[in-house]
Amino acid sequence: MLIPFLRHLITVFFVLGLAGSAGSAGAVAVDRPMDDPALEARARAIHKQLRCLVCQNQSIEDSNASLARDLRILVRDRIAMGDSDDATIRYIVERYGDWVLLRPPVKAGTILLWLGPVLFLALAVMLIIVWYRRQKAPIAAINTPLDEVEQARLKAIMGNEDRV
Amino acid sequence: MSVEPNQPLPEETPRRIWFRLVPLAIALIIGGFLFAGLSLRPKEIPSVLIGKDVPIFDLPALPGRPNGLKSADLKGQVSLINVFASWCVSCRAEHPLFMKLKAQNIVPVHGLSYKDEGPAAMGWLQRYGDPYDRVGADLTGRVGIDWGVYGVPETFLINAEGRIVCKHIGPVMDRDLQEKLLPAIAALKQGGTAKC
Repeated sequence: MLIPFLRHLITVFFVLGLAGSAGSAGAVAVDRPMDDPALEARARAIHKQLRCLVCQNQSIEDSNASLARDLRILVRDRIAMGDSDDATIRYIVERYGDWVLLRPPVKAGTILLWLGPVLFLALAVMLIIVWYRRQKAPIAAINTPLDEVEQARLKAIMGNEDRV
Repeated sequence: MSVEPNQPLPEETPRRIWFRLVPLAIALIIGGFLFAGLSLRPKEIPSVLIGKDVPIFDLPALPGRPNGLKSADLKGQVSLINVFASWCVSCRAEHPLFMKLKAQNIVPVHGLSYKDEGPAAMGWLQRYGDPYDRVGADLTGRVGIDWGVYGVPETFLINAEGRIVCKHIGPVMDRDLQEKLLPAIAALKQGGTAKC
Protein backbone atom coordinates (compact mmCIF):
# COMPACT_ATOMS: atom_id res chain seq x y z
CA MET A 1 0.00 0.00 0.00
CA LEU A 2 2.74 2.39 1.00
CA ILE A 3 5.22 1.41 -1.68
CA PRO A 4 3.00 2.16 -4.71
CA PHE A 5 2.19 5.50 -3.12
CA LEU A 6 5.86 6.32 -2.64
CA ARG A 7 6.58 5.28 -6.20
CA HIS A 8 3.89 7.64 -7.38
CA LEU A 9 5.32 10.43 -5.31
CA ILE A 10 8.79 9.87 -6.76
CA THR A 11 7.38 9.95 -10.29
CA VAL A 12 5.62 13.21 -9.57
CA PHE A 13 8.80 14.77 -8.18
CA PHE A 14 10.79 13.48 -11.13
CA VAL A 15 8.37 14.93 -13.68
CA LEU A 16 8.27 18.22 -11.81
CA GLY A 17 12.06 18.30 -11.74
CA LEU A 18 12.28 17.73 -15.49
CA ALA A 19 9.66 20.34 -16.21
CA GLY A 20 11.54 22.75 -13.97
CA SER A 21 14.84 22.25 -15.72
CA ALA A 22 13.23 22.52 -19.15
CA GLY A 23 11.52 25.75 -18.13
CA SER A 24 14.68 27.36 -16.87
CA ALA A 25 16.59 26.42 -20.00
CA GLY A 26 15.70 29.68 -21.71
CA ALA A 27 13.30 28.49 -24.39
CA VAL A 28 14.12 30.85 -27.23
CA ALA A 29 13.54 28.79 -30.36
CA VAL A 30 10.42 26.69 -30.79
CA ASP A 31 10.33 23.08 -31.90
CA ARG A 32 7.50 23.19 -34.43
CA PRO A 33 7.09 21.82 -37.96
CA MET A 34 8.23 23.92 -40.90
CA ASP A 35 5.62 25.66 -43.03
CA ASP A 36 6.61 23.85 -46.21
CA PRO A 37 5.55 20.17 -45.87
CA ALA A 38 8.24 19.05 -48.34
CA LEU A 39 10.99 20.70 -46.29
CA GLU A 40 9.49 19.36 -43.07
CA ALA A 41 9.49 15.84 -44.54
CA ARG A 42 13.21 16.21 -45.30
CA ALA A 43 13.88 17.50 -41.79
CA ARG A 44 11.95 14.60 -40.25
CA ALA A 45 13.87 12.08 -42.34
CA ILE A 46 17.14 13.57 -41.05
CA HIS A 47 15.86 13.64 -37.45
CA LYS A 48 15.28 9.89 -37.69
CA GLN A 49 18.88 9.27 -38.75
CA LEU A 50 20.48 11.20 -35.93
CA ARG A 51 21.12 9.66 -32.56
CA CYS A 52 20.24 11.56 -29.41
CA LEU A 53 23.43 12.15 -27.43
CA VAL A 54 21.64 12.19 -24.11
CA CYS A 55 19.41 9.10 -24.38
CA GLN A 56 21.86 7.36 -26.72
CA ASN A 57 19.53 4.75 -28.20
CA GLN A 58 16.81 7.04 -29.44
CA SER A 59 16.83 9.21 -32.50
CA ILE A 60 16.47 12.94 -31.96
CA GLU A 61 13.02 12.53 -33.53
CA ASP A 62 11.93 10.29 -30.65
CA SER A 63 13.77 11.92 -27.78
CA ASN A 64 12.39 14.44 -25.33
CA ALA A 65 15.84 15.58 -24.24
CA SER A 66 16.44 19.29 -24.48
CA LEU A 67 19.51 18.80 -26.68
CA ALA A 68 17.48 16.62 -29.07
CA ARG A 69 14.99 19.46 -29.33
CA ASP A 70 17.79 21.94 -30.06
CA LEU A 71 19.19 19.64 -32.73
CA ARG A 72 15.75 19.24 -34.34
CA ILE A 73 15.50 23.02 -34.57
CA LEU A 74 19.07 23.23 -35.90
CA VAL A 75 18.30 20.70 -38.66
CA ARG A 76 15.21 22.69 -39.67
CA ASP A 77 17.26 25.90 -39.68
CA ARG A 78 19.94 24.38 -41.90
CA ILE A 79 17.32 23.11 -44.35
CA ALA A 80 15.55 26.45 -44.35
CA MET A 81 18.92 28.06 -45.16
CA GLY A 82 19.10 25.88 -48.26
CA ASP A 83 21.50 23.18 -47.06
CA SER A 84 21.22 19.78 -48.72
CA ASP A 85 20.40 16.73 -46.58
CA ASP A 86 24.02 15.57 -46.75
CA ALA A 87 25.36 18.98 -45.80
CA THR A 88 22.99 19.18 -42.83
CA ILE A 89 24.06 15.78 -41.57
CA ARG A 90 27.71 16.66 -42.14
CA TYR A 91 27.24 19.84 -40.11
CA ILE A 92 26.19 17.80 -37.09
CA VAL A 93 28.76 15.04 -37.64
CA GLU A 94 31.52 17.69 -37.70
CA ARG A 95 30.51 18.61 -34.15
CA TYR A 96 29.54 15.30 -32.60
CA GLY A 97 31.31 12.71 -34.75
CA ASP A 98 30.07 9.59 -36.49
CA TRP A 99 28.63 8.59 -33.16
CA VAL A 100 25.47 10.62 -33.89
CA LEU A 101 24.68 8.56 -36.95
CA LEU A 102 22.31 5.72 -36.13
CA ARG A 103 23.60 4.04 -39.29
CA PRO A 104 27.41 3.96 -39.00
CA PRO A 105 29.30 4.79 -42.22
CA VAL A 106 31.33 2.06 -43.94
CA LYS A 107 34.98 2.88 -43.16
CA ALA A 108 38.16 1.03 -42.29
CA GLY A 109 37.22 1.18 -38.61
CA THR A 110 33.69 -0.09 -39.09
CA ILE A 111 34.25 -2.69 -41.81
CA LEU A 112 34.23 -5.53 -39.28
CA LEU A 113 30.93 -4.29 -37.94
CA TRP A 114 29.39 -4.38 -41.40
CA LEU A 115 30.95 -7.65 -42.53
CA GLY A 116 30.63 -9.36 -39.14
CA PRO A 117 27.16 -10.84 -39.74
CA VAL A 118 28.20 -12.19 -43.17
CA LEU A 119 31.38 -13.69 -41.68
CA PHE A 120 29.45 -15.34 -38.86
CA LEU A 121 26.89 -16.71 -41.32
CA ALA A 122 29.66 -18.16 -43.50
CA LEU A 123 31.27 -19.73 -40.42
CA ALA A 124 27.95 -21.23 -39.36
CA VAL A 125 27.33 -22.70 -42.83
CA MET A 126 30.82 -24.21 -42.83
CA LEU A 127 30.31 -25.77 -39.40
CA ILE A 128 26.95 -27.20 -40.45
CA ILE A 129 28.51 -28.77 -43.57
CA VAL A 130 31.35 -30.30 -41.53
CA TRP A 131 28.94 -31.60 -38.94
CA TYR A 132 26.63 -33.04 -41.59
CA ARG A 133 29.48 -34.91 -43.27
CA ARG A 134 30.59 -36.34 -39.92
CA GLN A 135 27.10 -37.55 -39.16
CA LYS A 136 27.02 -39.49 -42.45
CA ALA A 137 30.29 -41.35 -41.85
CA PRO A 138 29.17 -43.65 -38.96
CA ILE A 139 26.08 -44.73 -40.93
CA ALA A 140 28.32 -45.90 -43.76
CA ALA A 141 30.42 -47.75 -41.20
CA ILE A 142 27.38 -49.60 -39.85
CA ASN A 143 26.42 -50.87 -43.30
CA THR A 144 29.81 -52.33 -44.09
CA PRO A 145 30.53 -55.75 -42.55
CA LEU A 146 33.26 -56.06 -39.89
CA ASP A 147 36.74 -56.72 -41.16
CA GLU A 148 38.99 -59.43 -39.75
CA VAL A 149 40.57 -57.32 -37.04
CA GLU A 150 37.21 -56.07 -35.87
CA GLN A 151 35.78 -59.56 -35.84
CA ALA A 152 38.71 -60.80 -33.80
CA ARG A 153 38.24 -57.98 -31.35
CA LEU A 154 34.54 -58.65 -31.09
CA LYS A 155 35.29 -62.28 -30.42
CA ALA A 156 37.74 -61.36 -27.70
CA ILE A 157 35.20 -59.10 -26.01
CA MET A 158 32.41 -61.62 -26.28
CA GLY A 159 34.80 -64.34 -25.07
CA ASN A 160 35.54 -62.28 -21.98
CA GLU A 161 31.88 -61.90 -21.34
CA ASP A 162 31.31 -65.65 -21.63
CA ARG A 163 33.78 -66.20 -18.83
CA VAL A 164 31.97 -63.91 -16.43
CA MET B 1 45.74 -63.27 -33.99
CA SER B 2 46.04 -61.54 -30.67
CA VAL B 3 43.98 -58.42 -30.03
CA GLU B 4 44.27 -56.05 -27.09
CA PRO B 5 40.81 -55.97 -25.53
CA ASN B 6 41.64 -52.71 -23.77
CA GLN B 7 42.32 -50.68 -26.89
CA PRO B 8 41.21 -47.10 -26.48
CA LEU B 9 37.74 -46.53 -27.79
CA PRO B 10 37.27 -44.07 -30.67
CA GLU B 11 35.56 -41.49 -28.38
CA GLU B 12 38.87 -40.77 -26.69
CA THR B 13 40.91 -39.68 -29.68
CA PRO B 14 42.90 -36.45 -29.16
CA ARG B 15 40.65 -34.56 -31.53
CA ARG B 16 37.62 -35.29 -29.37
CA ILE B 17 39.47 -33.93 -26.35
CA TRP B 18 40.17 -30.73 -28.31
CA PHE B 19 36.46 -30.47 -28.96
CA ARG B 20 35.77 -30.44 -25.24
CA LEU B 21 37.90 -27.30 -24.95
CA VAL B 22 35.67 -25.38 -27.37
CA PRO B 23 33.17 -24.21 -24.70
CA LEU B 24 36.08 -23.06 -22.53
CA ALA B 25 37.56 -21.14 -25.45
CA ILE B 26 34.19 -19.50 -26.19
CA ALA B 27 33.77 -18.60 -22.51
CA LEU B 28 37.26 -17.05 -22.47
CA ILE B 29 36.56 -14.99 -25.59
CA ILE B 30 33.22 -13.72 -24.27
CA GLY B 31 34.80 -13.13 -20.86
CA GLY B 32 37.56 -11.11 -22.52
CA PHE B 33 35.03 -8.86 -24.22
CA LEU B 34 33.03 -8.44 -21.02
CA PHE B 35 36.20 -7.62 -19.09
CA ALA B 36 37.16 -4.97 -21.64
CA GLY B 37 33.61 -3.63 -21.34
CA LEU B 38 34.12 -2.92 -17.65
CA SER B 39 36.48 -0.07 -18.43
CA LEU B 40 34.42 1.39 -21.28
CA ARG B 41 32.33 4.44 -20.61
CA PRO B 42 29.59 4.45 -23.21
CA LYS B 43 28.13 7.63 -21.75
CA GLU B 44 31.28 9.50 -22.68
CA ILE B 45 31.31 10.20 -26.37
CA PRO B 46 34.81 11.13 -27.52
CA SER B 47 34.97 14.62 -29.03
CA VAL B 48 35.84 14.96 -32.69
CA LEU B 49 37.07 18.48 -32.04
CA ILE B 50 40.28 17.45 -30.25
CA GLY B 51 43.27 18.95 -32.05
CA LYS B 52 41.09 21.40 -33.95
CA ASP B 53 40.77 25.15 -33.64
CA VAL B 54 38.09 26.31 -31.25
CA PRO B 55 34.81 26.98 -33.05
CA ILE B 56 34.21 30.52 -34.28
CA PHE B 57 31.87 32.24 -31.84
CA ASP B 58 31.24 35.54 -30.12
CA LEU B 59 29.07 35.46 -27.02
CA PRO B 60 27.84 38.43 -25.00
CA ALA B 61 28.65 38.81 -21.32
CA LEU B 62 26.18 37.95 -18.57
CA PRO B 63 24.08 40.95 -17.54
CA GLY B 64 26.00 43.02 -14.98
CA ARG B 65 29.27 41.25 -15.60
CA PRO B 66 32.07 42.48 -17.88
CA ASN B 67 33.89 40.32 -20.46
CA GLY B 68 31.95 38.19 -22.88
CA LEU B 69 33.71 35.33 -24.60
CA LYS B 70 34.77 34.94 -28.22
CA SER B 71 37.16 32.75 -30.20
CA ALA B 72 39.90 35.38 -30.26
CA ASP B 73 39.99 35.44 -26.43
CA LEU B 74 41.27 31.88 -26.47
CA LYS B 75 44.47 32.64 -28.37
CA GLY B 76 47.75 33.62 -26.75
CA GLN B 77 47.63 31.54 -23.59
CA VAL B 78 46.63 28.16 -22.23
CA SER B 79 43.12 28.25 -20.81
CA LEU B 80 40.22 26.16 -19.60
CA ILE B 81 36.63 26.52 -20.77
CA ASN B 82 34.03 25.31 -18.32
CA VAL B 83 30.49 24.78 -19.62
CA PHE B 84 28.12 25.40 -16.72
CA ALA B 85 24.55 26.29 -15.85
CA SER B 86 22.73 27.28 -12.71
CA TRP B 87 20.23 24.44 -13.32
CA CYS B 88 23.04 21.89 -13.40
CA VAL B 89 23.47 20.03 -10.14
CA SER B 90 26.83 18.43 -10.78
CA CYS B 91 28.24 21.85 -11.73
CA ARG B 92 27.95 22.69 -8.06
CA ALA B 93 30.08 19.65 -7.20
CA GLU B 94 33.00 20.79 -9.33
CA HIS B 95 32.64 24.50 -8.61
CA PRO B 96 34.86 24.69 -5.49
CA LEU B 97 37.67 23.17 -7.52
CA PHE B 98 37.51 26.00 -10.04
CA MET B 99 37.44 28.51 -7.18
CA LYS B 100 40.64 26.91 -5.88
CA LEU B 101 42.16 26.98 -9.35
CA LYS B 102 41.41 30.69 -9.59
CA ALA B 103 42.99 31.34 -6.18
CA GLN B 104 46.12 29.47 -7.25
CA ASN B 105 46.22 31.49 -10.48
CA ILE B 106 47.54 28.59 -12.53
CA VAL B 107 45.45 29.02 -15.62
CA PRO B 108 42.58 31.32 -16.65
CA VAL B 109 39.22 29.59 -16.54
CA HIS B 110 36.53 30.92 -18.85
CA GLY B 111 32.88 30.06 -18.44
CA LEU B 112 30.30 29.14 -21.04
CA SER B 113 26.92 29.77 -19.47
CA TYR B 114 24.90 27.11 -21.24
CA LYS B 115 21.18 27.64 -21.87
CA ASP B 116 20.69 29.69 -18.77
CA GLU B 117 18.83 32.94 -18.07
CA GLY B 118 21.28 35.76 -17.35
CA PRO B 119 19.94 36.62 -13.88
CA ALA B 120 19.86 32.96 -12.85
CA ALA B 121 23.47 32.47 -13.93
CA MET B 122 24.53 35.68 -12.18
CA GLY B 123 22.71 34.69 -9.00
CA TRP B 124 24.43 31.34 -9.06
CA LEU B 125 27.87 32.95 -9.45
CA GLN B 126 27.16 35.36 -6.62
CA ARG B 127 26.07 32.52 -4.37
CA TYR B 128 28.81 30.00 -5.06
CA GLY B 129 31.60 32.32 -6.21
CA ASP B 130 32.81 33.45 -9.61
CA PRO B 131 35.98 31.61 -10.67
CA TYR B 132 35.80 32.77 -14.28
CA ASP B 133 37.91 35.22 -16.20
CA ARG B 134 35.42 35.67 -19.02
CA VAL B 135 31.90 34.27 -19.31
CA GLY B 136 29.94 33.97 -22.54
CA ALA B 137 26.18 33.63 -22.29
CA ASP B 138 24.92 30.97 -24.69
CA LEU B 139 21.17 31.36 -24.34
CA THR B 140 20.08 29.08 -27.17
CA GLY B 141 22.79 26.46 -26.78
CA ARG B 142 23.92 26.95 -30.40
CA VAL B 143 27.50 27.72 -29.44
CA GLY B 144 27.36 24.70 -27.16
CA ILE B 145 26.46 22.60 -30.20
CA ASP B 146 29.42 24.09 -32.09
CA TRP B 147 31.62 22.89 -29.23
CA GLY B 148 30.00 19.45 -29.34
CA VAL B 149 28.52 19.92 -25.87
CA TYR B 150 25.91 17.30 -25.02
CA GLY B 151 25.61 17.71 -21.28
CA VAL B 152 26.73 20.03 -18.55
CA PRO B 153 29.28 20.27 -17.06
CA GLU B 154 31.96 19.83 -19.66
CA THR B 155 35.45 21.29 -19.54
CA PHE B 156 37.84 21.94 -22.42
CA LEU B 157 41.57 22.54 -22.28
CA ILE B 158 42.75 25.02 -24.93
CA ASN B 159 46.39 25.53 -25.91
CA ALA B 160 48.01 28.88 -26.62
CA GLU B 161 47.30 28.57 -30.35
CA GLY B 162 43.60 28.33 -29.61
CA ARG B 163 43.28 24.63 -30.32
CA ILE B 164 41.22 22.18 -28.27
CA VAL B 165 43.59 19.80 -26.49
CA CYS B 166 41.18 17.79 -24.42
CA LYS B 167 37.65 17.56 -23.20
CA HIS B 168 36.49 16.41 -19.80
CA ILE B 169 32.90 15.20 -19.67
CA GLY B 170 31.05 15.52 -16.38
CA PRO B 171 32.18 17.26 -13.20
CA VAL B 172 35.93 17.75 -12.78
CA MET B 173 36.92 16.03 -9.56
CA ASP B 174 40.15 16.55 -7.66
CA ARG B 175 41.61 13.40 -9.15
CA ASP B 176 40.85 14.53 -12.73
CA LEU B 177 42.55 17.82 -12.00
CA GLN B 178 45.64 16.29 -10.39
CA GLU B 179 46.12 13.39 -12.77
CA LYS B 180 44.80 14.72 -16.03
CA LEU B 181 44.36 18.46 -16.35
CA LEU B 182 47.21 19.92 -14.29
CA PRO B 183 49.96 17.78 -15.89
CA ALA B 184 48.58 18.64 -19.33
CA ILE B 185 48.44 22.34 -18.47
CA ALA B 186 52.03 22.24 -17.20
CA ALA B 187 53.21 20.54 -20.40
CA LEU B 188 51.38 23.03 -22.61
CA LYS B 189 52.75 25.98 -20.70
CA GLN B 190 56.27 24.75 -21.35
CA GLY B 191 55.48 24.75 -25.03
CA GLY B 192 55.07 21.00 -25.24
CA THR B 193 52.13 18.93 -26.36
CA ALA B 194 49.65 17.14 -24.15
CA LYS B 195 47.05 14.46 -24.48
CA CYS B 196 44.33 13.54 -22.06
